[in-house]
Amino acid sequence: MLTALILLPLLGALMIMLFARGDDARAAGEARYIALFTTCITFALSLYLWIGFDGNLAEFQFVEKADWFKSLGITYYLGIDGISLFMVLLTTFLMPICILCSWESIQKRVCAFMVSFLILESFVIGVFCALDVIMFYIFFEGMLIPMYLIIGIWGGKDRIYAAYKFFLYTLAGSVLFLVAIIYLYHAFGTTSIPDLIKAAPTLPLNVQRWLWLAMLASFAVKVPMWPVHTWLPDAHVQAPTAGSVILAGILLKMGAYGFLRFSLPMLPDASHYFTPLIFTLSVIAVIYTSLVALMQQDMKKLIAYSSVAHMGFVTLGIFAFNIQGVEGAIIQMISHGLVSGALFLCVGVVYDRMHTREINRYGGVVNVMPKYAAIFMFFTMASVGLPSTSGFIGEFLILLGTFKASTWAAFLATSGVVLGAAYMLWLYRRVVFGDITNDEVRAMHDVSARELTLFIPIVILAVWIGLYPKPYFHAMDASVAQLLKQSEGQR
Amino acid sequence: MGDIGFTNLQAILPQLFLAAMAVWLLMTAAFSCKRVCNAMLAGTLITLAGTAFYLAPHLRAEPVIAFNGMFVVTGFTVFAQLLILAAAALVVLISADYLKENPGYSSSFALSEGSPAARDPSVKPKDDGGKGQPSEYLVLLLLAVLGSMLMVAANDLLSLYMALEMSSLALYVLASFNRDNAKSSEAGLKYFMLGALASGMMLFGMSLVYGFTGSTGFEFLSALFAKTGLEVSKGVVVGLVLIIVGFCFKLSAVPFHMWTPDVYEGAPTPVTAFFATVPKVAAFALFTRLLLHPFGHLLPDWQQIIIFVSVITMLVGALAAIAQSSIKRLLAYSSIGHVGFMLMGLAAGNAAGAQAILIYLALYIFMSAGAFGCVLMMRRGGQYVETIKDLAGASRTHPVMAATLSLFMFSMAGIPPMAGFFGKMYVVLAAVSAGLSWLAVIGVATSVIGGYYYIKVVKIMYFDEPAPHFDKAPFMLRFGIAIAALVIFAFCLIPSPLVLQAKAAADTLLP
Repeated sequence: MLTALILLPLLGALMIMLFARGDDARAAGEARYIALFTTCITFALSLYLWIGFDGNLAEFQFVEKADWFKSLGITYYLGIDGISLFMVLLTTFLMPICILCSWESIQKRVCAFMVSFLILESFVIGVFCALDVIMFYIFFEGMLIPMYLIIGIWGGKDRIYAAYKFFLYTLAGSVLFLVAIIYLYHAFGTTSIPDLIKAAPTLPLNVQRWLWLAMLASFAVKVPMWPVHTWLPDAHVQAPTAGSVILAGILLKMGAYGFLRFSLPMLPDASHYFTPLIFTLSVIAVIYTSLVALMQQDMKKLIAYSSVAHMGFVTLGIFAFNIQGVEGAIIQMISHGLVSGALFLCVGVVYDRMHTREINRYGGVVNVMPKYAAIFMFFTMASVGLPSTSGFIGEFLILLGTFKASTWAAFLATSGVVLGAAYMLWLYRRVVFGDITNDEVRAMHDVSARELTLFIPIVILAVWIGLYPKPYFHAMDASVAQLLKQSEGQR
Repeated sequence: MGDIGFTNLQAILPQLFLAAMAVWLLMTAAFSCKRVCNAMLAGTLITLAGTAFYLAPHLRAEPVIAFNGMFVVTGFTVFAQLLILAAAALVVLISADYLKENPGYSSSFALSEGSPAARDPSVKPKDDGGKGQPSEYLVLLLLAVLGSMLMVAANDLLSLYMALEMSSLALYVLASFNRDNAKSSEAGLKYFMLGALASGMMLFGMSLVYGFTGSTGFEFLSALFAKTGLEVSKGVVVGLVLIIVGFCFKLSAVPFHMWTPDVYEGAPTPVTAFFATVPKVAAFALFTRLLLHPFGHLLPDWQQIIIFVSVITMLVGALAAIAQSSIKRLLAYSSIGHVGFMLMGLAAGNAAGAQAILIYLALYIFMSAGAFGCVLMMRRGGQYVETIKDLAGASRTHPVMAATLSLFMFSMAGIPPMAGFFGKMYVVLAAVSAGLSWLAVIGVATSVIGGYYYIKVVKIMYFDEPAPHFDKAPFMLRFGIAIAALVIFAFCLIPSPLVLQAKAAADTLLP
């Protein structure tokens, strides 16, 4: 089942490579349809995963195991729990949307674009399903290659700088993670995640600390946490719209997922030891990047900085070590994946028309694009955390959980919520309201049916999570409870 | 003593076959086939395949000591020898058409390598009117392979030195094979001068070891050091250091790497591909055997040297490659970086390290030969081009070639799921298991720096505006590259055969 989920996109990529050759319009069309079809099937398959998932069990489900590197005992080992289930679903949900949103905006080397995207999807699903550290690492790093190409080939003006920065930052972080997992393998003779979760917490605190820092190097870059967040604005601004959506929607979640899967259960003592550090970095991320976001002239850059701030909330929630904090963090991850992905789509819509992301060039968009204004308004509100949207549930639970752990951190982070409202609403006012000062704005047409189909499912999901999050909590409760038990440590 | 028994001959049968075939091909070259032709190429490939065929059964057989302890046949030596044969065959495959079509030199000095006339097949060299390289090329190549195979099997400092010189002599000539070309001559001369110096130092070191222990045999030395432990005379240690210096030169480990970029750049590309693979495997396998077997008991004496050399080799390999504009120089520094990484496995000084080295070497020869194959594809209007910029936009003009070269680049950078990552993983594992975690951290950090120039090549091929088309690549070249790419790609899916074989081989080294 999970293998099928990983292989399906690869199969689609293979089909494009075999059947949709050449650079002409026909091949491009075929490639688009094959990619859309594949991602839709993958999504349908992943829904079946949710239906078949038993939320009362804390164990890994849909487990698949096979020999791989026999002499080392590295196995091909897949499985999901209540945490990774939603990450997989988020991935498969966003992928068809990405393909659709690049339907017209990508005209150059369409086949290669679709192949890169499908390979990326396969690797990302692999990251969330892997139950063997080496496999996790292979997918975790392997997805750099397609993403590097996506930013570098189809990106904006400074794409090459952004692609390098993205690649090297991430690589530098993850090689230290590699040394850490090899150390764990050397110490316990296994690379299976469930076994390591049982064995690794017995390590003495000083060893745990080093391993924890090596893992932090990798996950902090991916999240990204302040001060290693600087690759993100560059990568976001330069990447094509679909690339930004994937980057914000899914790739950032890998870091937080890494904390949940590795740092907390495997190195609980070190995690507790370093909690003040994480709280400090998260609070700085929330406040500082919100202030930076206020100053941005570029729409994508603003949303990129808001992503750093929102992910700051996620790390805060994870290291609160209580059920509210962790579940809030997971909901916030899903919500941020949907909402900031949708915000990048919103930017993409006007960018396709005006070919600029400068906020000053816009103004008065509501007069010519009322439907667009309404959608943009909804996602602005969801990003700010308006009650009845998904953003509210996530932020509220995180703050609740953080409050239990540290009053100060919660107090400071709450000020970030206010700042978040400030920069988002100000962005909205400058782009959508006011008088039309630029004649190009007057010539813009409202969202097309294709663009509308992109937004509708995201709106529905965001409202659903906002109003009735119970099915989500039900699926993750047992896994989160078990995670918290594992991460109690030997205090 | 003295008589050449049946067991002795049987033990070196593959090498005897190779030597006999080389002599026969030399005769053919002298009398009927002066320039490289299909028959010569086929003969060379058959020789390599035949040698491998005779060799393969020894892979799992009991160790044999032949010629009064001069040579030895164990799983480790046979594994390394098979790697040498595979690398040589791959190099012959990718360079077949280059050798057939490029006149190596002419008797007229007016036709220098750089001038278009020398490249033009219609301007025939005066000496014999044929086109293509002289056939001796292939004979020299086979002799270098023979020397390398004997090197790996040497079990005595004397036989080690003889075998080393045998392969080196053939390599000196190969490096300057385009004798009209100033750069190629310079490469040959530079390699010869520095190589002779290094050989001299190594010989001096061996004489010190002999003088202070009374023997040159590996078995004797091993038994002696097992008894004395670290309480050996300082003379032995000085001798060991000098031997290490000689090997560092052969492996182009820093600070004895200076010749590498010049020789790689100056030598004809097929020769460079050969240099980057076969002698590296031979020297590394022998170095590993020498340090782990006779000198294994002196581990604390040599470990810190190897660690130091490993660190600076990795650093220089990673940093110096960034500024290169020639793809051959870039690959030269890349090979230096790989050697540094493998030295990390040697510094571990355990069976896991030896296994990691064998796996890394096996994957390295395919990456390296494949990458040089792609360099051989860079030909415009019959003229070979060698700067990285010439690859610009290759993803649009030659999508398959660009994808394949990217595969090799990502593999060399150690990005999973390419095979190069697993090579690095095994080395890091060995280092960590020997308690050298900090060395592993330095190693992976330099591989990030190295990642920069590997992805620079990918960037130029994928993000830049296309340069003019290359000529259509001949079939044999594409076939050779395809084999290399397939190995690099498939290793991730089916790793066990190679990994288990390497483990078995490493275990014969350190029982």
